[in-house]
Amino acid sequence: MAEDASIAGQPAAVQGLGGVAADWSGDKQAFPVPWGKVMMWIFLLSDTFIFSCFLTSYMNVRMSTTATWPDPSKVFELEIFGHPVPLLLIAIMTMVLITSSGTMALAVNYGYRRDRARTTALMLATAALGASFVSMQAFEWHKLIVEEGVRPWSNPMGAPQFGSAFFMITGFHGLHVSAGVVYLSVVARRVWTGFYDRKGTYETVEVTGLYWHFVDLVWVFIFAFFYLW
Amino acid sequence: MNDVTASETAPSQAGHAAADQGHTEGQQHPLRIYLWIWALLFVFSTFSYMVDYFQLHGFLRWSLIILFMLVKAGLIVAIFMHMRWERLALKFAILIPPLCLLILVGLMAIEGAHTFITRWGAFVR
Repeated sequence: MAEDASIAGQPAAVQGLGGVAADWSGDKQAFPVPWGKVMMWIFLLSDTFIFSCFLTSYMNVRMSTTATWPDPSKVFELEIFGHPVPLLLIAIMTMVLITSSGTMALAVNYGYRRDRARTTALMLATAALGASFVSMQAFEWHKLIVEEGVRPWSNPMGAPQFGSAFFMITGFHGLHVSAGVVYLSVVARRVWTGFYDRKGTYETVEVTGLYWHFVDLVWVFIFAFFYLW
Repeated sequence: MNDVTASETAPSQAGHAAADQGHTEGQQHPLRIYLWIWALLFVFSTFSYMVDYFQLHGFLRWSLIILFMLVKAGLIVAIFMHMRWERLALKFAILIPPLCLLILVGLMAIEGAHTFITRWGAFVR
């Protein structure tokens, strides 16, 4: 089947396992997608390993400590009209990030339709939602540090490892969101000024989308393992 | 090799590649798919929040947390990140390496348990 595979850049015809062999063995580009997309995927793969190391070390310290682990459901509780609601802010942050993922997916779609106005608007909406996520995180950190006295080396609720794991994991994720907001703003500006029309392709919008969805993806894991567990 | 379907014997290579991968330019799919996945993500996030809200415990708690987490992660990677429509070579290159992490998690779990037992023996008991 390798003879069927066309040369450099053109998508090969064969599907399935035979297609994997054809893509790698034919004297051609192995991944028939824009190079920026492959590079972004490889970057995200390396980022997966970084976040996994953080989460694994968090699992390790949580398993090995003899002190009681602070109950995140209580730690991140908010009072609404005198009623304590567990994890309220975290739930809102989760919803905000999912909303931003949706607007990003639509932006990619409208980008390929060459709808500049809608693509720009949706990307800016995504960036704004990302910025509000970071703001809520700043509020959460402030509450934890100032009101509850959580430090990377100690906290009044139990195992001292809680603080270091929390600040490291959410801090690194927040840094990714902040970088994403800048990234989105830059690309949105280029969409608006017609840069990608001149370039002839909107694939950069899709690559930016990959990064943003990954940030949301990481939050899914942090939410499950750190806040809910 | 045996999964070459009838449509793939069509004369125009570029044409059918566009049809089966959604590559007229990049990834173009109906908006409806995205809106559906978006809604599903909200639903599953609400479910996982409910796990905490109703204070489920034990096996039920962590099995539900992991289930909802994996469903959400799968939907994001498959649809929003378009992995479903990529060629198998790219899927393999990106999705298989993270499986190594399961080994790391396994080793660190053993190590964590061991440290716990030593600490318990030395300081607590």
